[in-house]
Amino acid sequence: MTLVETTAVEPAPAQKPQGYWAGVGARLVRDPLTMICAGVVLALILAAVFAPWLGLADPYKGSMIARLKPIGTTGHLLGTDEQGRDMFARLIYGGRLTLFIGLMPVVLAFFIGSALGIVAGFVGGLTNTIIMRTVDVFFAFPSVLLAIAISGALGAGIVNSLVSLTIVFIPPITRVAEAVTSGVRALDYIDAARATGASALTVIRVHVIGNVLSPIFVYATSLTSVCMILAAGLSFLGIGVRPPEPEWGLMLNTLRSAIYINPWLSALPGMMIFVTSLCLNLLSDGLRSAMNVRD
Amino acid sequence: MSATDVETYEPLPDTGGPAQPLLMVRNLRKYFPVRGGILGRTQAMVQAVDGVSFEVKKGETLGIVGESGCGKSTTAKLLIGLTPKDEGEIIFDGIDLGEGLSLKQLRKGVQMVFQDSYATLNPRMTIEASVAFGARVQGLDDPEGRARRLMERVGLDPNRFAHRYPHELSGGQRQRVNIARALAMSPRLVVLDEAVSALDKSVEAQVLNLLSDLRREFGLTYIFISHDLNVVRYISDRILVMYLGEVVEVAPVDSIWAEQAHPYTRSLFSAMPAMDPDHRTKEPPLSGDPPNPINPPSGCRFHTRCRFASEVCKTTPPRLAGLARNAQHLVACHLHDAASGHPKAGQEVAA
Amino acid sequence: MSDKLLDIRNLTIRFRGKRTVHAINDVSLSMEQGETLALLGESGSGKSVTLKALLGLLPPKRTDIEGSMHVNGTDVLSLSGKALQRYRGGEVSMVFQEPALALDPVYTVGHQIAEAVMRHKGVSKSDAMSVAHDMLERVRIPSARRRLSNYPHELSGGMRQRVMIALALACRPKLLLADEPTTALDATVQIQILLLLRELQKDFGMGVIFVTHDIGVAVEISERVAVMYAGQIVEEGTTREIIRDGRHPYTRGLLAANLHDVARGERLNAIPGAPPALETRPENCSFAPRCPLVEPACRAGLPPMRTPAPRRRVACVRAETPIAAE
Repeated sequence: MTLVETTAVEPAPAQKPQGYWAGVGARLVRDPLTMICAGVVLALILAAVFAPWLGLADPYKGSMIARLKPIGTTGHLLGTDEQGRDMFARLIYGGRLTLFIGLMPVVLAFFIGSALGIVAGFVGGLTNTIIMRTVDVFFAFPSVLLAIAISGALGAGIVNSLVSLTIVFIPPITRVAEAVTSGVRALDYIDAARATGASALTVIRVHVIGNVLSPIFVYATSLTSVCMILAAGLSFLGIGVRPPEPEWGLMLNTLRSAIYINPWLSALPGMMIFVTSLCLNLLSDGLRSAMNVRD
Repeated sequence: MSATDVETYEPLPDTGGPAQPLLMVRNLRKYFPVRGGILGRTQAMVQAVDGVSFEVKKGETLGIVGESGCGKSTTAKLLIGLTPKDEGEIIFDGIDLGEGLSLKQLRKGVQMVFQDSYATLNPRMTIEASVAFGARVQGLDDPEGRARRLMERVGLDPNRFAHRYPHELSGGQRQRVNIARALAMSPRLVVLDEAVSALDKSVEAQVLNLLSDLRREFGLTYIFISHDLNVVRYISDRILVMYLGEVVEVAPVDSIWAEQAHPYTRSLFSAMPAMDPDHRTKEPPLSGDPPNPINPPSGCRFHTRCRFASEVCKTTPPRLAGLARNAQHLVACHLHDAASGHPKAGQEVAA
Repeated sequence: MSDKLLDIRNLTIRFRGKRTVHAINDVSLSMEQGETLALLGESGSGKSVTLKALLGLLPPKRTDIEGSMHVNGTDVLSLSGKALQRYRGGEVSMVFQEPALALDPVYTVGHQIAEAVMRHKGVSKSDAMSVAHDMLERVRIPSARRRLSNYPHELSGGMRQRVMIALALACRPKLLLADEPTTALDATVQIQILLLLRELQKDFGMGVIFVTHDIGVAVEISERVAVMYAGQIVEEGTTREIIRDGRHPYTRGLLAANLHDVARGERLNAIPGAPPALETRPENCSFAPRCPLVEPACRAGLPPMRTPAPRRRVACVRAETPIAAE
């Protein structure tokens, strides 16, 4: 009988219960700009992945007589480069390496940096000091310089570029992860979870990760454009991908000398870098607002 | 349906018998360092809780009142081990924490409901998952079923609320969730830290009714922390008054309502709004704000604001002792200690 | 009409956004010069929105305002630009709940008060400083001269609220709006601030609207009380009338929920449920779903406004019959 009185007849919100990710998805779909950017990035990735099956010209086969053909030449939609190789094919194939070296380091750094940052933020104390001061050492150098230095030391090559770029992006991600985690750690629901007698690992797994991962993820996506530009930059400087591999940064470098002969052609790889990084940035912004639970 | 609840409610067994207080706290102490400067060195200590002792009998509700900085919330967190204590003993049903009792076991016996109903719920977890979490951690069987039964018991239809997220609920509903979560562990003692303070008055009354029902049904013991004297009086059997990290008075409700032995308690009671338009408060009982707990006054910590302060109050801290005519009514004031050397000691002091 | 301090007529405020909120629904309210009125209500009842509207602080793009508001004959809704600035702080000023947030942390308190005085009265810096000093003394800040050069973070909560009051009163407003100014304070400090406000109100002869959710606080500070529920005023009268003879079931529920003289352990007569979500304009009594005395007429349409005595009103069909105490 007491139940009748204490039972809440408070009106519950009318909408249907919905999972967190379903909500994020629904908000993303309603954001046209983000959807367009996502479409562009997805198309580039798909084109890069399926490049061998698209019936493109051989990106490595040059022709001494068909060098630097302008955009719109029959047989070469986007012209040819300084060795007479088909630009369109090279740009598509170039996306494979560029996107791979542009995204992979951020993905790796996301996992390593998040783990470091979450541990530092949750455990605190000496562990935090050790991790964060080490990270601070890397902050003493500008990221471009650091990437060049590490790559230079390791020597040119795809793997070395990957390693050096990953190292460059671990510190900022760690720092963000640490800040977000120590913020979440101070919240009452973590105390409430600890009060149940749960171990630190359980609390991290169940209560911390879910709440810190999305802000870290959003931050990491904003780094992908920087990473892509850096990767292209390394190749441009000759300490990244080696010729004759098609890669946008490297292509930009080799076409540099053609800038007075055929400026539009030599700008093409730069355009690709520009468009891709812009789309990645806008996509990251869209994600950020879509992941904001309480709007 | 309440019968099934009682069946699945499996608190720790009673080990000490009815005469053994459920919780005894002796000389609890917690100082927080204040760091500053370039090297982050400790520059001062906040004496948040300093030598606090009290006990809670089985089945009673102990109300703790005091102003901000008096250490009541820190005390609550010390009791459940969320803040490690510097010194002191916590004895749960006769067993010492750290000797016969692990922190994990203590947390099965003692649960807490916090003030901010939103911040204490993981925003990414459904209500059901939040309530079931503790039971799962403690390895109790059927955590979800337990969660759903308790949700029903606190007045939230599990079919409607189980899969909702905290931001979809009102403050009152969220606080019911927090209560269900605490009960999912089958605790014997529940610490309610300002648990109804953030709620609207009309909702507060509903939750107070719920708390009374649950106490009776599950045989719970409460520590009820609040700044609202009316609420504390309504729900408590005994009231403990804290000031700047120390206990200044502990007494049964009726006794303290009839006579506030400590000058601070008296001021706190007179500071309550009058509720009578014809007899409004004329004079504030105290002037100024409570002092900073970083460097609390020497001797009796209240002496800087006390009308009756004398030399002895500035130098010697008073001991908590029973009143001559009522040993249940403990007070830490030189006025009530004939041997203290206070010029007015032992005399009746006009309010 | 113009000699009234405050005259709000049929005020309706709607917030547009992802979902519409009918925050204020047809509120009329008037005050004579020098009166103190408590706006009593729970969260979401519209009491703070009313204050913000009176200061012209609501975001114009997302807010629909209908009706009229006059303060001392000034049409508040028609003000903009310079005139609005002159009105805010000069004619009407506000004391907020969190003085720590309402005071600027980078200026000394003396500077902040003097600034406001210079802006509104056009006096010299040194004159403004002496006004600031005088104000700090009036709000009983010990060693006021020294406190002038303190920053807000160097003061305790109670002192900060005193500074906030000094700042609000420095330009001698005719109407002071106080938005739960004592809620964040400790009990022994709260009563000091209430008594201080009461005294300053008498000295300055200004009107005060004091928003609170605490009946006890309303009794201490105000002569008159207006009880708000779901964006409407459900009952208004002198404090005595409201406390002794509350007619609206909601008022009575609030009085009971204060627990002032409820016997220990006795079952509370809690108002069930929670306030409505205000997504639609109310078409019947908003309190009907929670009301213990509900009758079919309550759900049929808006309740009539009954006036049992002069300047006394109750929005309830049962207002004529004083409800016997349970």
